[in-house]
Amino acid sequence: MQPIISCREVYKSFNGGTLFKKKKPVRALVDINFDVRSGECFGLIGPNGSGKSTLIRILSTLLFPDKGQAYVCGMDVVKKPYRVRPLISRVSVDAAFFKKLSAWENLRYSARLYGVPLKLAKERALDVLAELGFPTKRFNDSMEDLSRGMQQKVAVARALINRPLVLLLDEPTTGLDPRSKREVEAYIQRLKSQTELTIFLTTHDMYEAEHLCDRVAIIDKGRIVALDTPKRLKRILARKRGTNRVSLEDVFLELTHKEWVEDVEEDETDKKD
Amino acid sequence: MQRIPTLEPMVPSGSEPRMRLRWLALIERNFALIKRYLGWEVVFVFYNIVNALCIAFIGVTQGKGHVMYLVIGALIWGFLSLLFHELAEQVQWERWEGTIEYSFMAPLHRLTYLLGNCFYAVVYGVLRTALLLGVLVLFLGLSLRGANIAGALVVLVVSGLSFIGLGLIAAILPLLSTEKGSQASHIFEAVILLISGVYYEVDVLPRWIRPLSVVSPATYTLRAIRAALLEGASFKELAPTILLLAGIGVVLIPAGFVVFSLAERWAKRKGKLKRSG
Repeated sequence: MQPIISCREVYKSFNGGTLFKKKKPVRALVDINFDVRSGECFGLIGPNGSGKSTLIRILSTLLFPDKGQAYVCGMDVVKKPYRVRPLISRVSVDAAFFKKLSAWENLRYSARLYGVPLKLAKERALDVLAELGFPTKRFNDSMEDLSRGMQQKVAVARALINRPLVLLLDEPTTGLDPRSKREVEAYIQRLKSQTELTIFLTTHDMYEAEHLCDRVAIIDKGRIVALDTPKRLKRILARKRGTNRVSLEDVFLELTHKEWVEDVEEDETDKKD
Repeated sequence: MQRIPTLEPMVPSGSEPRMRLRWLALIERNFALIKRYLGWEVVFVFYNIVNALCIAFIGVTQGKGHVMYLVIGALIWGFLSLLFHELAEQVQWERWEGTIEYSFMAPLHRLTYLLGNCFYAVVYGVLRTALLLGVLVLFLGLSLRGANIAGALVVLVVSGLSFIGLGLIAAILPLLSTEKGSQASHIFEAVILLISGVYYEVDVLPRWIRPLSVVSPATYTLRAIRAALLEGASFKELAPTILLLAGIGVVLIPAGFVVFSLAERWAKRKGKLKRSG
C-alpha cells in the first residue's frame, strides 16, 4: 500500500547572514527517510531547533529541500504543489490569523481559499469548535480578544474545514494551558480513532507523543536517530539499562543529549573521514 | 464512542461541492480588515484629504488656473500610488499578521492570489479617489466645463494596468527581504512621485534626473489627463498616450507575475517564506 507521506534522503541547510555578511550554513535536515501510512498518527519529536518545523514546512510546500524528495499521496511536494495543497492542512505552533478579524472572518477567508461553500464551512467549523469546548458565542469576537487556547482551537477548526487527507500538526499544544491542552489532545485522539485522517505531529511533549502516536521518530541535529512505536523504543532502552522503568522521555534524553551546533563544513569533514 | 459528525465521511476534497471565484477571498478579507482597522482608515483618509486640500490651496494662491492642475495631480497620484502601495504591501502585511504561510499553502493559484489583490486595490482606489474628488469639489467648487471626462477616465484605467504591473514587481521586495524590502518599495514609490510631474512639469527637474521621468508611466498619465480635463483633448489626441500606457501595462503585468513567481521560488529555497513580527 502506497504511503501517504514519504521522505527520501531529504536534506536542507540554511545560509545565514546577508549579502555583505556571510555566516556559516546551518544544517536543518540530514538525509531524512521515512514513510507514513494511511490513517496513521506519526510523531516527530526532537529538541528545539532540531528540524521538526523545517520538515513540516517542506511537506506544506512552503520550503524546497536542497536534496531528496518529499511526497504526499505519491506526489512530489516541489513538483506538484498545487495538487498536494488541497490534500493537506496545517496547525502551526503560533496562531497564524489576522488578529483583528473575528474567528468566523478568518475561517471564512480560509473557506474561500479552499473553495468550500460558506454555509458548509460554518457548519463544519461550529461542529469542531463545539467538540473542542470553544464557546461558540465568541465566534464573532476578534482573534486578539481570544485566549491562546481558543485561538488554537480555531486553528484546528480551520485545518479541518477543507476535509484534508493529511493533517500536519506543528506543536499544536505548545503554550496552551492544561485544560486547553487536554481538550486539543483528546480531539486529536478522537480524530485518530474515528476517521481515516493521517496525522503528522511534531512535539517535544513526550506524554503527547506516547499517547497519540502510533509510531514516533526522534530527530536530533536534523537526523532521525530512532523510529519505532513508543512501546518498542522504550523496550530497547529498558533492555540496554536492565530495568523496566523507562519512559519515552528517557529514550528522548538518551538519544538527543548532544549539543546542536553543526555546520556544513563539519559535514564535509565527516564525509572525508 | 460518539462519532465526530464533521469528519464523516472523510473524503478527498475533489468529491465535494466547490466554490468558484476564490479570488473573492482576498477582496472580502481586505475589506474586512479595513472595517476592523476603521480608526486608522479614517485617519489615513482624513490626512489624504487635508494633504490634497493644502496642495489645492497653494494653487489658489497662484491663480485660478493652477488649482485644477494641482488637484489633478493630487487625485491621480492618490489613485496610482494606492494601487502600487496596496499590491506592494500585501506580502509584507501577511508577514506581519503571520498568515503568509497559511495563504501561500492554500490551493489557490498564485495568479489568482495576485489578481484578487489587484481587483481589491482597484475597487478600493476608485472609492477613495471618488471620496477625495467629492471633498475637493465641495471645498473648491471645481468646474469641468469643456473637459473630456470620458477620455480622462480611459487614460486612468489604462494607466492603472501599468501601476498594477509595477506593484506586482515591487511586491517581490518584501519576499526577498522582510524589512528592507518594504523600505525599498517606499523609496521606489517616492522616486516615481518625484520624477513623474505630479505637481509640476518635469521640465523643472534638474537635467540629470529628467531622463528618469521618461520611464515612469505616471508622467504620461498625468500629461494626458491634464490635457483631457484642462484643454478638452479629444480621444484622437489622447490615443497615442493610451496606446503607450496599454503597451506598458501589457508588458509590466505578465513581467510582474513572472518576477513574483521567481522570487517565490527563491524564497522557498532560502526559507524566507515565513512570518516576521
